[in-house]
Amino acid sequence: MWSLLIILVTVFGVLGVAAISTMLERRLLGFFQDRPGPNRVGPFGLLQVMADAVKMLFKQDWIPPFADKPVFLLAPVIGFLAVLLSFAVVPVTTTWSVAGTLNVGLLFVFGMMGLAVYSVVLAGWASNNKFALLGGMRAAAQMLSYEVFMGLSLMGVVMTARSFSMNDIVEAQSKVWFIVPQILGAVVFLLAGIAETHRLPFDLPEGENELGAGFHTEYSGMKFGMFFLAEYAGVALISCLITTLYLGGWRGPLLPPAAWFILKAGFLICFFILLRAALPRPRYDQLMSLGWKVLLPLSLLNTVVTGAILLLRASA
Amino acid sequence: MIGIIRTIWLTFLHLFHKNETVQYPDVKPYLSPRYRGRIVLTRDPSGEERCVACNLCAAACPVDCISLQKGERDGRWYPEFFQINFSRCIFCGFCEEACPTYAIQLTPDFEMSEYVRQNLVYEKEDLLISGPGKVPDYSFYNVSGLAIPGKGKGEAEREAPPVDTHSLMP
Repeated sequence: MWSLLIILVTVFGVLGVAAISTMLERRLLGFFQDRPGPNRVGPFGLLQVMADAVKMLFKQDWIPPFADKPVFLLAPVIGFLAVLLSFAVVPVTTTWSVAGTLNVGLLFVFGMMGLAVYSVVLAGWASNNKFALLGGMRAAAQMLSYEVFMGLSLMGVVMTARSFSMNDIVEAQSKVWFIVPQILGAVVFLLAGIAETHRLPFDLPEGENELGAGFHTEYSGMKFGMFFLAEYAGVALISCLITTLYLGGWRGPLLPPAAWFILKAGFLICFFILLRAALPRPRYDQLMSLGWKVLLPLSLLNTVVTGAILLLRASA
Repeated sequence: MIGIIRTIWLTFLHLFHKNETVQYPDVKPYLSPRYRGRIVLTRDPSGEERCVACNLCAAACPVDCISLQKGERDGRWYPEFFQINFSRCIFCGFCEEACPTYAIQLTPDFEMSEYVRQNLVYEKEDLLISGPGKVPDYSFYNVSGLAIPGKGKGEAEREAPPVDTHSLMP
């Protein structure tokens, strides 16, 4: 009964966070650009989420006749489910986690992130449209590249905590948060996380000026909405992961653990939005060369140095 | 690298800047009386139509959006119909400058949207207002030499009585 409650609250909580962050993002972007943002619907524009949902639901949900229908329908579902399932292993507090203390928690997240690639690639392919296909291909290349050192950048954390379990990793941060000894890994993970959820400034799969709209060119109505909700849920997921892995999870003085977790994750979501407001999108080759020539060596270096230090400490 | 961090920081500071947005339907902008918005036809101080259907506005109009037809009543000229097609009007104000009687005037009203394009063709009923507009005390027939009921030739302001060309007296 308790676990059922946890599952329901987690699922609806993630949906709610994804929906609210669509509004939060537009509002914050407005403030960053010296304008109020959406403020017409409801008090402080809070009902904008409702208005957007109503619009999404009543839009014509059109499937192009040339599309590969089953795959076309499946693609947004895969993306959304992959992100939603990843939340199963995120420990909000010691007791609040769908999967409990799963000992391969981090690996599970990476498995699910690997599946998320299918969503965009299949969407691009099933649309049967060259722009969508190009967007899907770019998404595939980008996400696969960044997945490589996304995992590698975390190896420092895993080595230090000696566990893949998210709970153990948070426990291991009782003295100092991992962002201090693992700052290099944290930065690489942050950048890889942005690219993984294809958030701005790394939203190359979309690229409305070259590709129409990218992999979701042919999508409309709620299917398009699912891509978007998946993106925002992905942002929330990356924020939760950084919170758990580098910012000490639920740890913090005075406030209850859940409040600390939500505070840290919410701060990171706002930081993602700030990045979107501040930085221009790089060119595609710049994105790839940054990934392979800078971030991959950095994450390897981080792994090697962390390993060496741990070895020295163990032998001493 | 430093540049990127600086950019992020400067963008963050914008959170505390003042909004530049004017909340338009709530806060109306100030428009000067000379603003070239919606066109109206005015009346003279006695409440008669100022327009004498001289067609100068229609001739001056670069987009040909004005059309009118002259009529005559008690010696006074007036437009039988007067249409302005606001879907073509470019609000240049040439009609106002061409008008010899201050009849046609542009006003600071720019909220003229319609749901049906046909409704943008304003008829005389839509254009004619009850007041004199921006020129309160000008009446064309009071200064013109035209005879109208209640005013013969030579009785207008600053007008000499007509010369009797048949008289031999100096």
